[in-house]
Amino acid sequence: MRNSLSKLRPAFLLLLALLLPVVHAAAQSAADTPEMADALRHDGKIYVVVAVITVVLAGLLALLVSLDRKVSRLERELKD
Amino acid sequence: MKKNWWKALTVVLLLYVAVAGLLMPVPRLAILNETIRNLYFHVPMWFGMTFILVASVVYSVRYLRNPSVELDIRSHEAARTGILMGCVGLATGSIWAKYTWGTWWTNDPKLNGAAIAMLIYGAYLVLRSSFTDEQQRARVSAIYNIFAFATAMPLFYILPRLTDSLHPGAGGNPAFARYDLDNDMRLVFYPAVIGWTLLAFWLAQVASRIALLKQKVYEKQLV
Repeated sequence: MRNSLSKLRPAFLLLLALLLPVVHAAAQSAADTPEMADALRHDGKIYVVVAVITVVLAGLLALLVSLDRKVSRLERELKD
Repeated sequence: MKKNWWKALTVVLLLYVAVAGLLMPVPRLAILNETIRNLYFHVPMWFGMTFILVASVVYSVRYLRNPSVELDIRSHEAARTGILMGCVGLATGSIWAKYTWGTWWTNDPKLNGAAIAMLIYGAYLVLRSSFTDEQQRARVSAIYNIFAFATAMPLFYILPRLTDSLHPGAGGNPAFARYDLDNDMRLVFYPAVIGWTLLAFWLAQVASRIALLKQKVYEKQLV
């Protein structure tokens, strides 16, 4: 009994070694794919809309800032 | 730079509102669904308009007490910014109405009151453009501006509350109580009101400065 178990030990180890990836795979969800940067594609891709709106708003605000600076420069020039 | 901290605050608040306004959790309500997020964009237009029109009236009163070209220009540009925000408020409200009430426009006291108030302010622009004499234009439009404000504010905020209305904040409806009890929405709504109001003041300030520069150049050419 003791002998047979010790003979089977390498087989158990091999089986365990072969099964480990399966266990690993089973632990993960069925639709598992390589990890990608999916954040922008979640929730119906609303984050894409957020990014677009942020860019539009940032662009408009940048325009306003540059206009503000141009007016400041003109004010300085006209003071002299 | 010290004087312009509020402009930086405007940029920060508006960018925050754009992101948080779309991503922060909101109450799940039938019919309204995600359009409840319009609260961060439609309602602040009216807040901003009200504050900038108050500023316009203050400049008008100061002009009448102590006339100067600068006060006239500041009052005019503030009123113009307020009118722009009011028009944007009407347009956004109309879109929101289409997808919640099912119609672009309805003869609701709040809606018609706002429309009439905007027409009163439209007449301000027409009146202003009909004068050739600068002092007369400044004086008459300052006086009209005060009356326009005194007529428009009851149309926006008082008369609609005296009758039945679909619009929240009218016909005895509390303006914000229903949504505002939600603390998540408060976190975005108050910054939105402050941010959009500051933007109105920023736009009016830049417009006034350009008009003042134009005036200065004009005066220099005369000399």
